[in-house]
Amino acid sequence: MAYALREAASAFRRAPLLTGLSALMVGLALTVVGLFSLVAYNLRQAVSDIEERVEVVAYLRENARPPEVETAVETLRNLPGVEEVQFFSKAQALERAREELPEIAEVSSDLEVNPFPASLEIRFLPGSRTTESVEAVAEAAAAFSFVEDVRYGQEWVERLFLLRRIGAITAMILGGAFGVVATLIIGTAIRIAVFARRDEIFIMRLVGARDSFVRSPFLLEGAMTGLMGGILAALLTWGTHQAVYHFLFPLEWIPQSWMWGGLAVGVLFGATASSLAVRHYLREV
Amino acid sequence: MIKLLNVSKVYARTGSALEAIHLEVPKGQFVFLTGHSGSGKSTTLRLIHMAERPTTGEVRVDGFSSQGTPRREVWKVRRRVGFVFQDFRLLPGRTAQDNVAFALEVTGTPKAEIRPRAQRLLSRVGLSAKAGSPVHQLSGGEQQRVAIARALASEPLVLLADEPTGNLDDRATRGILDLFWQINALGMAVVMATHDLELVRSFPGARVLELDQGRMVFDSHRPSGGA
Repeated sequence: MAYALREAASAFRRAPLLTGLSALMVGLALTVVGLFSLVAYNLRQAVSDIEERVEVVAYLRENARPPEVETAVETLRNLPGVEEVQFFSKAQALERAREELPEIAEVSSDLEVNPFPASLEIRFLPGSRTTESVEAVAEAAAAFSFVEDVRYGQEWVERLFLLRRIGAITAMILGGAFGVVATLIIGTAIRIAVFARRDEIFIMRLVGARDSFVRSPFLLEGAMTGLMGGILAALLTWGTHQAVYHFLFPLEWIPQSWMWGGLAVGVLFGATASSLAVRHYLREV
Repeated sequence: MIKLLNVSKVYARTGSALEAIHLEVPKGQFVFLTGHSGSGKSTTLRLIHMAERPTTGEVRVDGFSSQGTPRREVWKVRRRVGFVFQDFRLLPGRTAQDNVAFALEVTGTPKAEIRPRAQRLLSRVGLSAKAGSPVHQLSGGEQQRVAIARALASEPLVLLADEPTGNLDDRATRGILDLFWQINALGMAVVMATHDLELVRSFPGARVLELDQGRMVFDSHRPSGGA
């Protein structure tokens, strides 16, 4: 192992430009993955926040009678996944509109008739905010004759889910493409390194060094290049995050486990590329 | 110790290199493998070293068979078979001692033992005084001695030499051959490929094999001399 480490380190001294460029390419490839991960993570957070606000609002007709409404409240409250059902009268609806929208506050005093309908607001237990349960409750609410209309924000959540999925798939495709490029570049660098040391490799095999012994410095060199690329990618992604956070809008930083995962992927990239290059190339030396 | 059983080697580009070779080399024997260029001498050595596998037949080296030894295990054969080339194949820019130490290091010799053992090996080939000299500053004969010291690093059972004196003058040739005899006298088998019949004649005690167009046409240890 000491030999492998020493030889791998000397490769960096012998050809700093080559190994530096390889690390840079891996770094750029992983930065693309990192940036998309940042976007995907924040989209996921946004979806989770919005998901918490998912509720069904049933707007009531003018002729809804209080006993019927009370029965409906009880019925809906007992449905699976429902946390709370709250009744808002027309007056409460107008009051809330005044608080939330100043324009309404200005004109509402001139209104002769309160245009806001009474409503039932149905909130869900955590874990029950799925499309199926929300739709089931919305259908149950719509079945009451005094319910005029039922609204819920599920379509937005679905769109956000879709967006998040598109983000993740794009990250995977781009990451994969850049990964292939990085693998090829590391592979080429390792091939050059193998070629530069072909005399030593020949002697090693001549005198009976194990194949693993011959390969290990190159694998280590690839892994170290990958690690440097991973660190570079982490720094670039973090820098981008800081810039967006301070100059554009607040963005959450990805979890630490994702960071370690990214670095591990960098190391894996490097070692795999080296392994492929060495296995193929050693036969020719 | 070394057996070639009905071995043939055919290359896709150049055709047949060896045909139906039967050969057995016991421990401690000195063998000259003679023949013209292209007669199959180097191919025979490469097969014994398991750098190549026979097209048909089987090569056995100290219990390792060409048919049953996977590629990843070939290093075990290499540690039993030393190899010396005509062009020395030393690492340029390194000293004589570093070249020998490299072989010791890559075959797993403990670090503390590498330098003393390299020095002992160089003494054995008569080069202890030049241990610190870069190999490119050494004469051809001295470089070949370094290569022999390196080949002895794993204490092999047999030393294969492919035209080891091909690049040397008469005096250096004599010195190298004496060295091979000394090594052989201590019990190590030597298989030396050469096309120099003068060289062969000067060592009447050795076994002589002759290859011609891939066939064994002479074996001095057969009663008739034929193969």
